[in-house]
Amino acid sequence: MGPPTDTAAPLELGPAGLDRLVCILAETHRVIGPTVADGAVVLREIASAAELPVGWIDEQEGGRYRLHADASAGPFDHVVGPFSLKNFLFPPRETVALLERGAEGWRSRPPEGAPRALAVVGVRGCDLAALAIQDRVFLGSGHVDPAYQARRRDLILVAVDCRRAAPTCFCHSTGSGPAACDAGAGRVADLTLVDLGPGPAGSAAEDLGIEPSAARRFACRAGTLRGAAILGRLRAEGLAGSLAPADSELSAAVPRATAARLAARGPGERHLDTEGLRDLLFDRLDHPRWDDVAARCLACTNCTLVCPTCFCASVTEIPALDAERVERERRWESCFSLDHSRMHGRAVRHSTAARYRQWLTHKLAGWIDQFGVSGCTGCGRCITWCPVGIDLTAEVAALRAPPPASEGGRA
Amino acid sequence: MTPPPAGRAALPGSLAADPWRSHAARIVAIRDEAPGVRGYDLELCDSAVREAYRFRPGQFNMLLLPGIGEAAISIASDPDAPHRLTHTVRAVGNVTDALARRCEGDEILLRGPFGTPWPLGALEGGDVIVVAGGLGLASQRAAILTLARQRNAYRRVVVLAGAKAPAGLLYAGEDAAWRAAGIEVERVVESADAGWRGAVGLVTDLVARLGDGRRAGVLCCGPDGMMRAVAAAAAGVGIGPERVWVSMERPMSCAVGQCGLCQFGPFFVCLDGPVFRYDRVARLLEIPGL
Repeated sequence: MGPPTDTAAPLELGPAGLDRLVCILAETHRVIGPTVADGAVVLREIASAAELPVGWIDEQEGGRYRLHADASAGPFDHVVGPFSLKNFLFPPRETVALLERGAEGWRSRPPEGAPRALAVVGVRGCDLAALAIQDRVFLGSGHVDPAYQARRRDLILVAVDCRRAAPTCFCHSTGSGPAACDAGAGRVADLTLVDLGPGPAGSAAEDLGIEPSAARRFACRAGTLRGAAILGRLRAEGLAGSLAPADSELSAAVPRATAARLAARGPGERHLDTEGLRDLLFDRLDHPRWDDVAARCLACTNCTLVCPTCFCASVTEIPALDAERVERERRWESCFSLDHSRMHGRAVRHSTAARYRQWLTHKLAGWIDQFGVSGCTGCGRCITWCPVGIDLTAEVAALRAPPPASEGGRA
Repeated sequence: MTPPPAGRAALPGSLAADPWRSHAARIVAIRDEAPGVRGYDLELCDSAVREAYRFRPGQFNMLLLPGIGEAAISIASDPDAPHRLTHTVRAVGNVTDALARRCEGDEILLRGPFGTPWPLGALEGGDVIVVAGGLGLASQRAAILTLARQRNAYRRVVVLAGAKAPAGLLYAGEDAAWRAAGIEVERVVESADAGWRGAVGLVTDLVARLGDGRRAGVLCCGPDGMMRAVAAAAAGVGIGPERVWVSMERPMSCAVGQCGLCQFGPFFVCLDGPVFRYDRVARLLEIPGL
């Protein structure tokens, strides 16, 4: 990443330009992008823009995700699915050390082979914010995770400003969307796209009265020197051109219109009140609401798996058959599992109430002590992918109510 | 690289670059310390690693048995002799059970040291009361050996060590040496056997009988409930929670604040602890299942 050069004027990119962009990235990087698989928009390696989820739109609610065919849906009209940058920068399984027995006994060394550099297309503001949080975990605490550092250094990010918000989204509460740049200063993507074409019902395009007949076009803005070089190449190839002043205004209006939709939500619609939340949660560790949510929570770990910032992990030893070589493999762990807190044969957090409390207080309170920021970016994945639709914004609202004086909570 | 936040120990250079890098260490001596508890003296195999290795009392190493796993174990030897690292280990899980089957001359791997030390410097000029429950004394032995060497820097130095039964008292053979260094040592058991001539009861009783504690600091390690009781007894003799330090134990995988397993309220036990000033954790220790 070079220094930000956000002053460069955005250029217009047509469908051919988007496809070429993916090809250019693929020359040097493994390109990850949104694509339809298993009934959801997931992030996977893509070979061309044709694999983007054009014609599909997601429907999300607490405990519910459905994908519908919708001819009006462009490549980035979907809202975030179950995958995030975490799946690639902090993979679910990764060898952290190799142990080998030689003539001089056991020796430990870093895993072999540099991982192929990644380029991710279609990243949203909430996930850029999540990336900045993961940087603090793996790079910012006085020691570095070497593999994360290598992936992070080579990472190319092509961001997208959101034109739609799912009912589960609440990035307006966490200050991390819907524009990619809402993720904060210094978190600039290499390139940021704004879709200027028509959109499905409920999108900013509708609010802005974009003609349904308009061809799918993008405003493309470089945020780094590396991004500017790619954009310059597209221009030289005749696939990126000057943006008409009206389209330039439109590119700024799109995320604003999405933000206005979020802001217009009424009371009871999803919103996370973060004011004083750290102190509040640590004051309410014995609130009866923990037992209430535990009666619904299945402790299935879905929320921690889809969360773009959850980083708990444990190491499993994988010995070779001859026992002369051992891979130490880090695997995602979840505070909802009993193993997470198992010590001397018993779990410290035996009850589901204690485990949900650990998750929520860590995410929204402990994180601030540990890393200086909340661990929540308002992406809403934990709400959508919870099989029983537990909504952390509703749980926080309930925890804000003082506990009944007569009842002592127990976890 | 960002410096560690206040209150956290900086990692040695090699760990800061790759926290997963372990080093071979030979078991040079094994001693039976108590039923199911053994002391292992380890010597790092690589001379450069061995010469560079330093630790402070209260810190711990991650001991790694290839193919079996890793366990966080306090360093129980004298920080002034860091070429020979003692770990006193109870066989209580897959890693420590496997360690119990190793012999002198065998090699294991270790990485460390990690964690916050006992605040010996801050207690200079005052009384130091070391209070241990069972295996907790293992995390304090490095501090006791340091206090013995620097005895003149302190007023009273007292070790109060309790165990369920006499056989569970660690390092009982060292009482004479500690006393010779000017340390008061009292041992207490919850249930005596025929050979026991000492006190019967709880270490908290001994704390309550200390006398004026206004110039004292307490270093406490034992089960969570024991540490709460000791802090309460210390308060009774004028030692406030800001003059009591406890060493916590939680499960741990990475030891550098990246695996999330050792969380205790807002803290990582591996980075913010294991040694905490009691007033920072007192309320958290009252809450079951945290």
